[in-house]
Amino acid sequence: MDSAVQTINNLTIGFTSQKGKQISILKNISTTIKKGETVGIVGESGSGKSTLALAMMGYVKHGLYTISGECLFHSNNLLEMKNKDLENIRGRKIAMIPQNAGQSLTPNLKIGYQIDEALKLHTDLKKEERDKKISELLNKVRLPSPEIMAQRYPHELSGGQQQRVAVAMALAGNPELLLLDEPTTGLDVTTQAHVLELLNFIAKDTGTSMVYVSHDLGAIAQVSDRVIVMYSGEIVLDGPVRSILKNPIHPYTFGLLKSIPKLTSPGLPDSMSGSQPQPGTIKTGCSFYERCNLAEDKCKNNSPTLEYIDDLNTSVRCFKYKELINVKEANLDTVKSINNDVLQNEILDISKVSISYAKQKFIDQLLNKIDDSNPTVQDINININKGETLALVGESGSGKSTILKSIAGLLKTKDGMIKFDKDKVLSNDLKMRDPGFLRAIQLIFQNPDESLNPNHTVEEIVSQPLRLYFGLKGDELKQKIIEVLEKVRLGEFYLTRYPRQLSGGEKQRVAVARAFAAKPDIILCDEVTSALDVSVQAAVLNLLQELKEDFGTTYIFVSHDLAVVRAISDRVAVLYQGRLCEIGPSKNVYQLPSHPYTEVLLGAVLEPDPDVKPKLVAEDIVEEKPPEKGCSFQGRCPRILGDICKNEVPPWQIGENGNSIRCHIKVEDLKKQQNIN
Amino acid sequence: MLLLVLKRILLGFITLFIVSLITFSGVEVLPGDACTTYLEREAYGAALEACYERLGLNTPAHERYISWAAGVLQGDFGYSLSGEMRINDVLGPRVKNSMVLASASILIGIPIALLLGIITALWRDKLPDIIISTITIFSMTIPEFISATLLILIVAIWLEWLPGIVIVPTGASISELLPNIILPVIAISMIMTAHMARMVRSSVIQVMASDYVQMAILKGVPYWTMVFKHVLPNALLPAINVVALTIAWLLGGVVVTEVVFNYPGLGRLVIESISNRDLPVVQALAIILASIYVSINLIADLMTLMLNPRLKSLQIKK
Amino acid sequence: MTLEKEQKKNNLQKVFEVIKTMASKPSGLIGLSILLFHVILAITSPLYVPYDYKAIDPSLMLQAPSSEYWFGTDSLGRDVFTRTILGGRTALTVTFFGSLIALLWGGALGIFCGLVGGKIDDVVMRIIDAFLSIPWILAMLLIVSLLGTTTLVLIPALGFFYGKGIVRVARAATHDVIAKDFIVSARARGHSNLSIIWNEILPNVRDAIMVEGAMRWSWMLLGFSSLSFLGFGVSPPTPDWGLMISNARGLMSFAYWAVLAPIFGLSSLIIGINLTADAFAKALGIDRSTKAPV
Repeated sequence: MDSAVQTINNLTIGFTSQKGKQISILKNISTTIKKGETVGIVGESGSGKSTLALAMMGYVKHGLYTISGECLFHSNNLLEMKNKDLENIRGRKIAMIPQNAGQSLTPNLKIGYQIDEALKLHTDLKKEERDKKISELLNKVRLPSPEIMAQRYPHELSGGQQQRVAVAMALAGNPELLLLDEPTTGLDVTTQAHVLELLNFIAKDTGTSMVYVSHDLGAIAQVSDRVIVMYSGEIVLDGPVRSILKNPIHPYTFGLLKSIPKLTSPGLPDSMSGSQPQPGTIKTGCSFYERCNLAEDKCKNNSPTLEYIDDLNTSVRCFKYKELINVKEANLDTVKSINNDVLQNEILDISKVSISYAKQKFIDQLLNKIDDSNPTVQDINININKGETLALVGESGSGKSTILKSIAGLLKTKDGMIKFDKDKVLSNDLKMRDPGFLRAIQLIFQNPDESLNPNHTVEEIVSQPLRLYFGLKGDELKQKIIEVLEKVRLGEFYLTRYPRQLSGGEKQRVAVARAFAAKPDIILCDEVTSALDVSVQAAVLNLLQELKEDFGTTYIFVSHDLAVVRAISDRVAVLYQGRLCEIGPSKNVYQLPSHPYTEVLLGAVLEPDPDVKPKLVAEDIVEEKPPEKGCSFQGRCPRILGDICKNEVPPWQIGENGNSIRCHIKVEDLKKQQNIN
Repeated sequence: MLLLVLKRILLGFITLFIVSLITFSGVEVLPGDACTTYLEREAYGAALEACYERLGLNTPAHERYISWAAGVLQGDFGYSLSGEMRINDVLGPRVKNSMVLASASILIGIPIALLLGIITALWRDKLPDIIISTITIFSMTIPEFISATLLILIVAIWLEWLPGIVIVPTGASISELLPNIILPVIAISMIMTAHMARMVRSSVIQVMASDYVQMAILKGVPYWTMVFKHVLPNALLPAINVVALTIAWLLGGVVVTEVVFNYPGLGRLVIESISNRDLPVVQALAIILASIYVSINLIADLMTLMLNPRLKSLQIKK
Repeated sequence: MTLEKEQKKNNLQKVFEVIKTMASKPSGLIGLSILLFHVILAITSPLYVPYDYKAIDPSLMLQAPSSEYWFGTDSLGRDVFTRTILGGRTALTVTFFGSLIALLWGGALGIFCGLVGGKIDDVVMRIIDAFLSIPWILAMLLIVSLLGTTTLVLIPALGFFYGKGIVRVARAATHDVIAKDFIVSARARGHSNLSIIWNEILPNVRDAIMVEGAMRWSWMLLGFSSLSFLGFGVSPPTPDWGLMISNARGLMSFAYWAVLAPIFGLSSLIIGINLTADAFAKALGIDRSTKAPV
């Protein structure tokens, strides 16, 4: 019999603002978690999902308090229990796996000690039994050599390893309910897939109920039986994973799913306008009203309640849901295919470029031991044509950002050269570059919080390139600034704003405006959508494409997100440990036969579709540096031929339709092996 | 690991070398020299010549520096101008007295500071914190000579509980000193404890707000276990540096307190030797106090390195 | 309005905002009021002193407070009230300008070290450490005894010694800022180093430096008063609280007023500056709590 493990009734949590107003972070949350089920809670930043996850442990952050409602664990209200009783439940009956495991493990205590602590608190095992159990747990989470691992300190482990330790710690008390707060955010693509697979296994193996909080719909799709969608502190949709992800009947969820780039339908997804309202700003009516395509007056004045629809086994908070019931699945996949006007004009030629981070120690120089045989990035050869979007793809350590920085002149190349506009060699040294070239190549960064000077107004920020490259001043300058801002859909109103007054999406638009103000030929985009909310990503991608179509700008687009790359690029280069693996038109690179690493990457992508499972091919190891000789992927390649891969650098082969693959395995053989898989 | 320790010690010596250069050349640069400043109005003729002879001031500066430095490294600080004693003999009892005062202050002050700091952090913004914090803020802002003076006024004069001024001679034994140091120790501790308590407070608060403390709570770790095992070891690490600085201050910086209480320590010697224009003594004091400061900092640095698992393994990897 | 005029208007607005925030909390309001009170007192007191601060009259010595002499008289028959309200003038002037000097040289050197990094940074910091390791009182007393106690000597000397702490703060703040992407962005665009320092770095470290400077002001006042107390600061007959306390403490047992009045004056000013500096830090959003008070 399915009994409820946790029941939440009308929970409202909030805080009192400095001006004395009561503002809610969570509004009227009601739901149940049944035994053995995995519920995914989806929401963007500011939706309240983390607050909800913590409340499920009876924990309310300092400064927040329960305004009304309850959170029952087996009919006991956690929010009203005394600390003593809560200590008996936390870790033992309900356990949490936190977001940033690295920060959540106490730095001065060994791993083994911290797991042992959990065992001491929540089990009656004696010392020897506990030691055995620690090894058992570490094995269960697939960590090698448990005896050695237990003696390590948290900072000595990689991100993926720390996450697994957190899982082991949580399982120590044999909890009935596991809460996971964004457990795969920040991990590499392949590591993510492995961790999710582990979690799935544990859920089935132990029968534990799990609540999985994330903004990543792909991850949610892989683990959940049921999905709850949160928006602005409220539950707007609650139902079985397949119907939510394939047939969402709430306009927000519909728009959200539509805006996620998918490998299966390559092209630019539609984006929703606006952004999630801040807590306390919506007083009456539906919180999604401003951004909704189906909205009518009723939605503005009345707040819809969460209604349960029997035949769909789903609860929805919308007056107009019926209009979405019959919308076909295909509608979620409508995308705009990109049509870039790529001239046969070469604008950037990167040839034989190697870059090294290694600093030479004086002693080594003296002894003539120059350790430059293993540069961070080696032998990069790429030609980029005017008007195209070339993507650089890879995980951490791939060197993609390094290459970008050396194109910009921020990092010196050790070997090779970069030529602009067919024949003009770009100097290694930023200071020696012609100002014309500096203007022609602009950068947009990943984190909008750090790429804008917090002490400058938007006007000052956008004025920088205009003043530096064109010498504009006075009224002429101001007019031009307004013109540029309007191109990125921000108006005159934004001139006097400071970065801290803007949302993430708005800040990134300002960064885009600043780059375009210089009228550049090439814009280098370094993970520009990775720090943004899902719904905002699509808007920024669309904006970039629009601007490109207006100005004919060439993009070099770095990202770890393969779906985003597929949506926006003409050609893709795949990098592993600083060496090129494969390069060619996106369409072809994303199709088999591919380089074995490309195959691994593509297999690990998490699509927001519960029926598309990731393929785990390679081991989840993080390599510190590239191998001294041979193929860069030899350490993890599932198709390694043998010694030839370890000793000789693989040759370039032309695959079907013009993509180049660098592998010892002949393309025909790859085709055979990969098709069977 | 050993390499790192040696490297730090070497850096310490370099600092001391620079200090010796500064003290020596500082005195050279300022107007007058040891003899003219000491003899003042009588600085002429035979007396001046005799003084120059005795102090070897006729030789060029770098030679004097070398002989002085060589002497210092062997522990010989030369001769004092006033009283014509060996500086070592002058310093000896003073160092002893200052150490008595410092030790008493440390033994009392540090435990109290830790306790107060932890209490005010754990009961943050509640009544104990408000009361203690207000008192500590007051203690920190009032100058030493004021609090010392007020102490004497209230405790010695109005209440007549303890003697106000220290009358024992410089060479007194420890047991003779002890009853006299009560008020000075209180005066010093008030300030020292206040500073440290504030620092401990903010360090503990910062650690309590960290992700790993939140995780420990969510793991079900009981409150006091969390405080002692997860919070304090991480919060008190930065305190080592502050304690080190405080100890260094206690040995040479408590000039004003020693003057107010007339305590025969190193601090009062600073004033006396400067008032007497006894530059050789001043130089000796400068280098000694600087050495104490550098050594204590070095020890604190190394302790922090050893105790912080992150730094330790980072260094070993290198 | 052009960009340049906008910027000036913005700056003025920012100053008002900060002061408003400071005054909105009780501790900030008290601090500001005390500070303002003392500043006004220091500037205007010569205009309304009831007696001449120098006037010695042995026959009037050590009289208890009365309607004629509100705070009584001291050991030389001088009116304590007069000397008390004049007592802060030298202290405030010397320490204010000393703090400015400390701020300027400490900030400049700190930013320079933070920008340059590498060997030069190491060497400079080592030299600063060496200076720091000599007890400041010893060095200060020596300088004053050999060069004299005029304000011309005191202000730069105090400014020099108290600037050392600011160097560390400025350097740390600069390190923080340099790592940020907006600096990389400016470099990549090709802005000159000077313009990057002035436009991008300075506005972001200025807050931390000013807060540290405000805090140093109160330490400097403490230090200056200690100097006067020891007889190495202001020279008589100039009224100064530190000196007054030193003179009067021998007679505490039977003439407490002569020592309590200057104690109250000095303590209140120091508390005022401290509270103001704290409120200033909070208003600018700077967390000073983890820094050791050296």
